[in-house]
Amino acid sequence: MSEEQERPEPERIPFMQRVIENPFLLLFLGVVMPTVFYILWGVMEIATIPVAN
Amino acid sequence: MTSYMPPSERVWWKTPIGRDEVLWIGIALVWCLVMFFMMPYWHIYGKQNLSNEAYQTNAIQFQAKVDAMVAAHQVREEAHIPVVRPPAGSDVYMLGRLWQWYPILELEKGQSYRLHLSSMDWQHGFSLQPVNINLQVVPGYEMVLTVEPDQAGEYSVVCNEYCGIGHHMMLGKIYVTEN
Amino acid sequence: MARFRICPDSGFYFDRSAESLIKVNAVAAAVSLLFAGIMALGVILTRWQDVHLLPADRFYQALTLHGINALIFWIIFFEIAILYFASSTLLRCRLAAPRWAWLGFVLMVAGAVLNNIAVLRGRSSVMMTSYAPMQAEPSFYLGLIVFAVGALIGCFVFLGTLVIARDEKTYEGSIPLVTFGALTACIIAVFTIASGAIILIPTWLWSIGYINHIDAAMYRLIWWGLGHSSQQINVAAHVSVWYLIAGVLFGARPMSEKVSRTAFLLYILFLQLASAHHILVDPGISSEWKVFNTSYAMYLAVLASMIHGLTVPGSVEVAQRRKGLTKGMFEWLRKAPWGNPVFSGFFLSLVIFGFIGGITGVVMGTEQINLIIHNTIYVPAHFHATVAVGTTLAFMALTYLLIPVLFRRELFLPGIAKLQPYVFSAGMTLMILFMLGAGTLGVSRRHWDMAFTGSLLSFEYPGTAYVMMAVAGIGGVLGVVGGAMYLVVTVGSLLFGRKKDPEAGLLQSFGFPMSSGRYGVARAEPLPMAPRLSVEEHGSAGFEAPGTFVLAMTLLVAFVIYYFVNWDYLSSVWPLR
Repeated sequence: MSEEQERPEPERIPFMQRVIENPFLLLFLGVVMPTVFYILWGVMEIATIPVAN
Repeated sequence: MTSYMPPSERVWWKTPIGRDEVLWIGIALVWCLVMFFMMPYWHIYGKQNLSNEAYQTNAIQFQAKVDAMVAAHQVREEAHIPVVRPPAGSDVYMLGRLWQWYPILELEKGQSYRLHLSSMDWQHGFSLQPVNINLQVVPGYEMVLTVEPDQAGEYSVVCNEYCGIGHHMMLGKIYVTEN
Repeated sequence: MARFRICPDSGFYFDRSAESLIKVNAVAAAVSLLFAGIMALGVILTRWQDVHLLPADRFYQALTLHGINALIFWIIFFEIAILYFASSTLLRCRLAAPRWAWLGFVLMVAGAVLNNIAVLRGRSSVMMTSYAPMQAEPSFYLGLIVFAVGALIGCFVFLGTLVIARDEKTYEGSIPLVTFGALTACIIAVFTIASGAIILIPTWLWSIGYINHIDAAMYRLIWWGLGHSSQQINVAAHVSVWYLIAGVLFGARPMSEKVSRTAFLLYILFLQLASAHHILVDPGISSEWKVFNTSYAMYLAVLASMIHGLTVPGSVEVAQRRKGLTKGMFEWLRKAPWGNPVFSGFFLSLVIFGFIGGITGVVMGTEQINLIIHNTIYVPAHFHATVAVGTTLAFMALTYLLIPVLFRRELFLPGIAKLQPYVFSAGMTLMILFMLGAGTLGVSRRHWDMAFTGSLLSFEYPGTAYVMMAVAGIGGVLGVVGGAMYLVVTVGSLLFGRKKDPEAGLLQSFGFPMSSGRYGVARAEPLPMAPRLSVEEHGSAGFEAPGTFVLAMTLLVAFVIYYFVNWDYLSSVWPLR
């Protein structure tokens, strides 16, 4: 991260903190999660309802 | 100093967490898991679950099934709506349309029936009163569930999904008789 | 190039274009709330069966207008204002692409007007949900689409501002927690708007005859990606507002940045799955899908809300105790500024959201329990506790905070402002509790006449249901009075409030910038990190916030009891499988 070059700190930023500080990664996760589990799975559920005889 | 300033530590992830927070998170997590497992538990041990059995259908096809049941098992008429008494354990049908539930069903207490629901036009809400069982009735889909009326009496089906100007007049009936 | 002014009271930096945009979005929000409130009066006075004010067509029209204006326009205009505030103002950064932000605002206004006109014309009384195959006029859907495009632009302006702030190093370390909460709201908004586009664009094409069929079940599924998630934007936004108010009033700092941010991360990952709450008694969708989605994947978003429920008041308690209010469990709370509407609004919003909105939401979102609640008036009771009290009251409290700072006016009729949160939340709570009761008795939502006049068959709800709807009616009217008090104070402040800055004229109240001399700061001082606490103040040896912990445990006990009471109620209805 760019801030570190300016103020050198011995401590590495932990993985989870780096995730939380990456807004576009969060945007990606926040859109993909419901799209996959709610929308895509749901659409598959409805699309596979059998036709009545 | 505050919640609207950057954290006081560059690496805030490693700042120790207060004891009350840790304890609360633990308690809350346990409660969340209890609530989660209640749902599968009820599927196994509870008596009120939806089978989620359903079929794609259309108004003409579903109407034909309703008409066949009415023709075979009608016992009388009430408010110009046929009252149907299908045999215990059989498939029974009810359709929703603007603004009526059709036909009236007469079921036997303690018997189970495969109830088929669909809509002829817009979405409707099957709300069985005063039992208070509520189901979404969607045009193009035939929902099947097995019901077992456990008390005799006169029940009403209120439409509880808004379906236009006559929505409030949309009532249906289910009679449950002693065997 | 000079662009910032520093508020002498609060020290906030206002970028010139961000300031105007925050103001116009807040004003548009207030106008939407006014309209929603007028319609609310028509709705509640009709559901109160003894009054039964409106004829059926007007009732459904009023209900459609109330729903869309309150649940979409009021909150999203306000949330765009919050996004700009939380990025530009809190990070001391110029707003990214102000022209795009203005375009977004114009689109949102145009969309809201188009949609409202469609409903006012009388042929689009389709409720907020506009469930296909019931059809509204094309401009109903087009209005919503245009509004959503505008809101999406607002989200990207927010994200762009975060990027600029990081590149230009306007702050040290990490973004503040409040801004992170706003980011959470923004992310949920992007998914919300995407779902809306997926379903509303084909529905619009269908309404103009270009597509001949919209599948009703698909419509429900995807529409609720919009309809429910839009209310989850609120949750993230008003939790951030809670943290902000706690910070401004008490100098409170989050008890733990890690815990609070992780809770927001859980929102980002799981909160939106709860759109499934509306699909639990739909045909043909498997219980696996229902259980997974309705529980936000094992209630991880509920966990997050329970965490905020502890850490928000907890941060206030810690700050108050540090100031010496250490007597007993609750001196910190007793001696809080209850006469300040910023505090009372915030705290009532928090308590009512948690105790009523949160608990009822989880209960009715339980797969099987939904059978006894779906589409009864219990449902609007629940979301009035979450949105009308939780979100709306938090936004009202924030308005009282921002009028002096942003608009540079003193509050108009401060005596009314002082009472307003109490009147509003008392009225709403009364309405909510009795609507919950009526819903348990099976009273339907979105229903003009609980006596079913004109039906060929007949059904009578028990007399208690009528009494409950009457009490709910009284509560609702009181809630509308509380809402009107808010609008009198805010609009009055903008028009007649004493100026804290001679340049804060009428035009400035509605978005015009002050003279360029006011924006004399070319480059803001970088926002420093919060000062460190000395080690002994970390207090991890004992309980930092024992009073809050007791409150949280009270919530949990109420939650557990109410949850199992409803299972018991479910077990008494007809067996189904």
